Amino acid sequence: MRILSAIPTMLRVGFSSAVAYRAEFLVWILTTNTPLIMLLVWSSVAREEPLGRMGQEELGAYFLAALIVRLLTGSWVVWDMVFEIRQGEIAMRLLRPVHPFLAYAAENVAALPLRALVALPVAVVALAWLGADQLSSDPLAWAFVPLSIAGAWLITFFAMAAIGSLGFFWESTLSVYDLWLGLFFVFSGYTVPLELFPPEIGAAIEWLPFRFLLSFPVEVMLGLVDRSAMVTGFVAQWLYVVLFALVAQAIWRAGLRRYAAYGG
Amino acid sequence: MLRYLRLFGIQLRTSALLGMQYRLDFVLDALMTLFWTASSLVPLVVLFHQRSDIGGWSWPQALLVVGFFTVLRGVIEGAIQPALQNVVELVRKGMLDFLLLKPADSQFLVSTSRFEIWRGVDVLAGALILVWALVELEHVPTPLQALSSLALLCGAVVILYSIWIAVVALALRVVKVDNLTYFFSSVFEAARWPAPVYRGALNFVFTFVIPLIVMTSYPALAIVGELEGRAIFFSLAGALVFALAARLVWLRALRSYTSAGG
Repeated sequence: MRILSAIPTMLRVGFSSAVAYRAEFLVWILTTNTPLIMLLVWSSVAREEPLGRMGQEELGAYFLAALIVRLLTGSWVVWDMVFEIRQGEIAMRLLRPVHPFLAYAAENVAALPLRALVALPVAVVALAWLGADQLSSDPLAWAFVPLSIAGAWLITFFAMAAIGSLGFFWESTLSVYDLWLGLFFVFSGYTVPLELFPPEIGAAIEWLPFRFLLSFPVEVMLGLVDRSAMVTGFVAQWLYVVLFALVAQAIWRAGLRRYAAYGG
Repeated sequence: MLRYLRLFGIQLRTSALLGMQYRLDFVLDALMTLFWTASSLVPLVVLFHQRSDIGGWSWPQALLVVGFFTVLRGVIEGAIQPALQNVVELVRKGMLDFLLLKPADSQFLVSTSRFEIWRGVDVLAGALILVWALVELEHVPTPLQALSSLALLCGAVVILYSIWIAVVALALRVVKVDNLTYFFSSVFEAARWPAPVYRGALNFVFTFVIPLIVMTSYPALAIVGELEGRAIFFSLAGALVFALAARLVWLRALRSYTSAGG
């Protein structure tokens, strides 16, 4: 109970620090421009003739939705953890009676309002440009949208926490994260809508965790999946959430057992 | 001139020695660079699986653009960005003064203060992609074509360097600009794609303001002899203008620099 009462304070602290570094924060967010470039690339290809069922407008909606999901599911735990473990600052977190994962999560969630502030104009532009036709008309889908975005955020967070915890064992952990990010760029639908992959590869990609980080919420939002696929996808996504949470916790505990601060 | 060449050699050697200290890290870094270069080819491959051209650019031509892009990214990450990031750090800590006191040109010292030699891997990977593209095209560039695309590539390096110097000059005033360089890197990613992707106003911006198209699409055209001499001339003249402007900005920024706490 006492831990729960600490959460509002942690959120407030996180929000204030995001506001304090707002210029830096904004520049960081602006570096998330890959979906816009990919939007130009794919729609220049689809100009004469649509790619499968995706024409210029569908691709426009897809990549703008991808940008929104990416903005809302961003996290940066891995850099914080690697830095704090190396500098020994993590000791401060260990002294507090709150699991550090919870503290990190609160810091990241607290920045969400600012991120949403940037995502909002994207959504407005998308709606003004494409109208509402591109959006899913199924009310059930819209019930799933926030949940699938939350799931995407949780997988991102726990994957980062797991890789960050590797910092207890090894100094070059950020290379592992780079590997993860490289796979994310290719297999999450961030640069290529997954349905454009050749079918035999596409079927395999559907079950990798990366799809659930980005493509799945976008598909639900735009009504690209039918109801049964939506439910199966959702179950798979949350199974991944649990899996990644368990892995992160296991690595964290094993790392902590080894950790003796510096000079220990 | 000879003195600066020697100084350049010394700076390069210091960085190389520094890099050698963290061998495992840097080998890992080099491997990751290769992985990224390979994985970033995937969208291109998928795209050409669906279509035979992007706005009239065939697969090998688009590959040429990627090749030039990869070479340039290697140069940025190996030679330009580390040095300038180092300067931002020096400004923040007030240690730039020591560098300014040395009896050599400050812009030269600043720009050569650090190299990450392992990033040279990207330059090699880019060169390999270029060879691959030329083999697919079954095209052997004539000496003139090779020379003009090489000149354009050098022009691109000059432009990139000038933009970065301008950013660092800004650092002398506002201190915290290192994430501005991340922002520029992310914009630079747009140079991976051939010119027809960018239409209308964006085409104008990417040709004349942030000349990404000039940096990668032009050399790709020049190497197959499809770029007019006029375009080559104006691109190189443009690079010169960028370099002069950067020099001016640097000197002005230096004049108003009052060290830390000023």
